[in-house]
Amino acid sequence: MNVHTASMTGTAMAYVSISGVRKTYGSPRGPVAALEGIDLQVREGEFVSILGPSGCGKSTLLKCIAGLEPTTAGQIVIDGRPLKGPPHDMGMVFQRDVLLDWRTILDNVLITAEFIGRKGPEVRARASALLARFGLGGFEDRHPWELSGGMRQRAAICRALLCDPKLLLMDEPFGALDAMTRDDLNLELARIWQDTRKTVVFITHGISEAVFLSDRVVMMDRNPGRIVEIIDIDLPRPRHLALRETPEFGRYVAHIRHLFASLGILKDDDPETGSGDHS
Amino acid sequence: MSDSNPLFASRTFRALHEVGMVVLLLAGVVVVWEAAVYVFKPAPLILPSPSGIWDEFLLAPAYFLRMSLFTLYTTLAGFVLAVVLGLGLAVGIVHSKFMERTVYTLLVALNSVPKVALAPLFVIWMGTGIEPKIAIALMLALFSVVIDAVLGLRSVDPDMVNLARASRASSFDILRKIRFPNALPSVFAGLKVAISFALVGAIVGEFVAGSEGLGFAILTAQGQFDTPRVFVCLILLGLLGTALFYVVEALERLLLPWHVSQRVPGGPGH
Ligand SMILES: Nc1ncnc2c1ncn2[C@@H]1O[C@H](COP(=O)(O)OP(=O)(O)O)[C@@H](O)[C@H]1O
Ligand SMILES: [Mg+2]
Repeated sequence: MNVHTASMTGTAMAYVSISGVRKTYGSPRGPVAALEGIDLQVREGEFVSILGPSGCGKSTLLKCIAGLEPTTAGQIVIDGRPLKGPPHDMGMVFQRDVLLDWRTILDNVLITAEFIGRKGPEVRARASALLARFGLGGFEDRHPWELSGGMRQRAAICRALLCDPKLLLMDEPFGALDAMTRDDLNLELARIWQDTRKTVVFITHGISEAVFLSDRVVMMDRNPGRIVEIIDIDLPRPRHLALRETPEFGRYVAHIRHLFASLGILKDDDPETGSGDHS
Repeated sequence: MSDSNPLFASRTFRALHEVGMVVLLLAGVVVVWEAAVYVFKPAPLILPSPSGIWDEFLLAPAYFLRMSLFTLYTTLAGFVLAVVLGLGLAVGIVHSKFMERTVYTLLVALNSVPKVALAPLFVIWMGTGIEPKIAIALMLALFSVVIDAVLGLRSVDPDMVNLARASRASSFDILRKIRFPNALPSVFAGLKVAISFALVGAIVGEFVAGSEGLGFAILTAQGQFDTPRVFVCLILLGLLGTALFYVVEALERLLLPWHVSQRVPGGPGH
């Protein structure tokens, strides 16, 4: 089952290099193997999605990469430096936008700069420009509770991008949004990536979203959390929503769905997904 | 923006409406009380009439004012000290397992002891001046401050802290910019309870040993069986307590305009 397709090339250029990572949480019912034998290289400027059922350790893996959780074993190297705590040049977006209610949208975006002691008109100008770019130009002085979920998540992305990080880590950032807002933000993220070529690790449980955005999709399974397959997405860029109606796109989605069906994660009786024989 | 004015007006209207209802209710009580005393003529020692109480106040307004100010001063001093000490302790408790196991556990255990019973001890230690009264007010107010501040400091979304840590924020910045503002609504809930407890503490202190304050005035009036004077003191005490509570609430409104409870329903953003 452990088919790692031919996408492990370019180890030398890897921006994020994860080797043999294991993470075990202690719990009252004994140790929980959240991650086991994780090997993954993410090249500079690459968009990688991590896809898997809930509880397979996606968030844990992202927190390990972010230096927020120590690993139990194995090594993570970012930009040539072994990881010790949160690295420089990293931005993060979570499923909940965690905007601070007592700050305006502009001040919420500015907080990442404040934390590293950067202030002044240039930073503010950059924050304003980011907000404008994400369609929040008129909302700088509003408070988070005055905005819709999609607008709030846009502000959270602006906050992550403010200090122009090289690495962007996103944990199901659009998981709580409705389908239309989600499409909208997928496009926006694809566009931002096209312009800036940041290295992105994007967690999702949306198959189509993963295929649409990524250069590679990493598929995980649980108990213990592990990588089962990595596939390259060779679809032309820049990508537009119409891409999702093409047969190539459909083939990638079907491939991923088949894999999860064969793992017993997707249980559906539609013979076309090939999981009918799995009951 | 343009709709903020009528909304503000409707909010002010609602507040005035509420105050009006309360005033009306109190006026009703006073009228019924006055009428009852006029009809049944109880001894003034048992129940004086509202007009009798008012006359009593007019006999020595300066005296009552002085007593009220002393109690106010004691209460505020105890309250402010409780806030400073309480917030400090809460931050310590949240950041240190050791302090949580010692200070917090001890505080919770001590809270079930009727702390008022310790008042005479404070007099023995600190004499009969204002200090033991402030100390008792502080002691009574402290618990609510600490409990609600700890609750507030702990109830932060872990991803909020993760975000800050991922941005390489110092733990002082995390406290200052995230944990503390996030805890403020809970802190204020505690402060509103604490201010009342501080007043109780001040009065108890004056009961135990004192030569000034509303508690002392009540005690001396009782010694002379001067019931109207007791009532004047009680009413002043009620006014003082209510005023202090609303000052804390006004402060909350001023400092937390962003909090859910302060937002106008159907609020801005349209
Ligand atoms: N702080 C923690 N303490 C103990 N167990 C945890 C903790 N965080 C996650 N886990 C466990 O680790 C496993 C993976 O969790 P997570 O990384 O959140 O998965 P995912 O994001 O894929 O849903 C789950 O079984 C979860 O219960
Ligand atoms: Mg998760």
